[in-house]
Amino acid sequence: MTTTQIHAGDESVIEVTDLRRVYGGEFEAVRGVSFEVGRGELFALLGTNGAGKTSTVELLEGLDRPAGGQVRVLGHDPYTERHLVRPKVGVMLQEGGFPSELTVDETVRMWAGATSGARPGAEALEIVGLAKRGGVRVKMLSGGEKRRLDLALALLGRPEMLFLDEPTTGMDAEGRQDTWDLVRSLRDAGTTVLMTTHYLEEAESLADRLAIMHEGRIAASGTPAEVTAAEPSRISFELPQGYFVGDLPPLDAIGIVGHELTGRTVKLRTQHLQFSATRLLTWAAEQNVELRALDVRSASLEEAFLQIAREARSQDEPGRRAGDRQKEAVA
Amino acid sequence: MSTTLTTGTRPTAAGPTSTPMGRLTSLARAELTLLGRSKGVLFTALAIPLVLPFSVYASAKDSIQDATSLSMSEIILPAAVGFSLLFAVYSALVNVFVVRREELVFKRLRTGELRDGEILAGAALPSLLIGFGQCVLVSVACLTVLDSKAPAGAHLIVLGVLLGLVLAVLAAGVTAALSRTAEGSQVTSLPLVFLSMLGSGMAVPLEALPDKLASVCELLPFSPVIALVRGGLTGELSGTETLVQIGLGVAWIVVAAIAVRRLFRWEPRR
Repeated sequence: MTTTQIHAGDESVIEVTDLRRVYGGEFEAVRGVSFEVGRGELFALLGTNGAGKTSTVELLEGLDRPAGGQVRVLGHDPYTERHLVRPKVGVMLQEGGFPSELTVDETVRMWAGATSGARPGAEALEIVGLAKRGGVRVKMLSGGEKRRLDLALALLGRPEMLFLDEPTTGMDAEGRQDTWDLVRSLRDAGTTVLMTTHYLEEAESLADRLAIMHEGRIAASGTPAEVTAAEPSRISFELPQGYFVGDLPPLDAIGIVGHELTGRTVKLRTQHLQFSATRLLTWAAEQNVELRALDVRSASLEEAFLQIAREARSQDEPGRRAGDRQKEAVA
Repeated sequence: MSTTLTTGTRPTAAGPTSTPMGRLTSLARAELTLLGRSKGVLFTALAIPLVLPFSVYASAKDSIQDATSLSMSEIILPAAVGFSLLFAVYSALVNVFVVRREELVFKRLRTGELRDGEILAGAALPSLLIGFGQCVLVSVACLTVLDSKAPAGAHLIVLGVLLGLVLAVLAAGVTAALSRTAEGSQVTSLPLVFLSMLGSGMAVPLEALPDKLASVCELLPFSPVIALVRGGLTGELSGTETLVQIGLGVAWIVVAAIAVRRLFRWEPRR
């Protein structure tokens, strides 16, 4: 497995080498993952449910001993040297984990007493927009508010490094936007952030670099631009009445690398979007036909993501798949 | 959310570096708040250990005093200490440990600066204080109301109570590891409670049991605890017997500690 290189000159805060995690001696949830995260970088782990994101992050958080491979966080082993790492990191787990009968204020007070260099509780709640909810029991909070409380506790000790496991799940659109702004400002202030998400737009808009996980491996990694650059752009439209795919201009001549027909909807893939689209539209003008439901779009993270899932289904050689995708993406 | 943010490099009013004692007390304080809000657990912890001794008092008057040479306080006080350990500490903590684990509270706490031992100790502290308080209360009550006499070896009573408190916490850790749900934990904690009440000299002093049965019962987890407390009252425990009981109590603590290390889970089973 190749290691994703961080930008030259950056000090790496997280180093993961060939990491493995096995549950119950049988199920291998993480199968040889390697990556690095530089100081001040915002790194996103993407993947479908069950891809191994949380299993990986929990090893970085030091919650379990890896079945294989190595993890260094801020220069230490987060499992055996927990006490050295913990005062410098803030963690937001995928699910809260707060006693439901405590109030928000009581929860923050408990955490502040166990956190080095804790900021005032009121300040932490203010940052995440929970200042007015201090007296409310945790069980009465909405899902989004619980995530905000979780974030407040993660920020309590002004961490150098922040782990956010699906930070916006359960939040409404406004809460999500607020959280994105907050995470951005933390990153701008120098905090290193490792987040997992299954919202692609979240990763696309926030991450400096990202890795897409699939079945316990990293299937692609790089900057969002690098990961999407490897993917073809897409043109789709409805075939005009009386026309067949064979009536279109020769596809390879107009730069199309793949096509599929679903009902009357044609989907074309191309590495040269402007060229292909111009040729196609010129043809339509010459034929004097209307291409209904015309949709022309550049490669997106979503496209890359779906492509990885498709390839994974069609190939049964896990080792090759991971390696190839990685090279493609970084190239 | 506020967009102005002070982070990392420019602290406003940063708190001090956390200390083991500070971490422990802030967790224990939260646990105490939670205990106050959990009426069922609170009732079990506060009321039952103070009510049960009266039933022993009744049976003591009827039969136990005929079968043994023990005075009333020598029968009741060890029983009351045992009930506190079982209900105020052991049963209460099995519930606390299981609920905190299933609510993912333990998992979340382990992402912070608290060490594993601090988490268990912090969660246990309120129940330990209640248990200790009850032991003091019943001791004073028994020694003033039932028989007004000074115990022959008060230090053995204190030692027995302390060993018992440690054992009750560790036993709760083991039982919690074997319980999947909070409801289930009410059942899984029963065997040790009944075994100890009947076989460790609480409800019935071992002196009142047939010799063969008594010699087996002496080996049960809470038996040395009760033996030390009763010995402290009667003064009939020889130096060697005292050492044997202490050794047995410590052995159970070691066994329980090893079991906790191996079995205790910090998060729900997947």
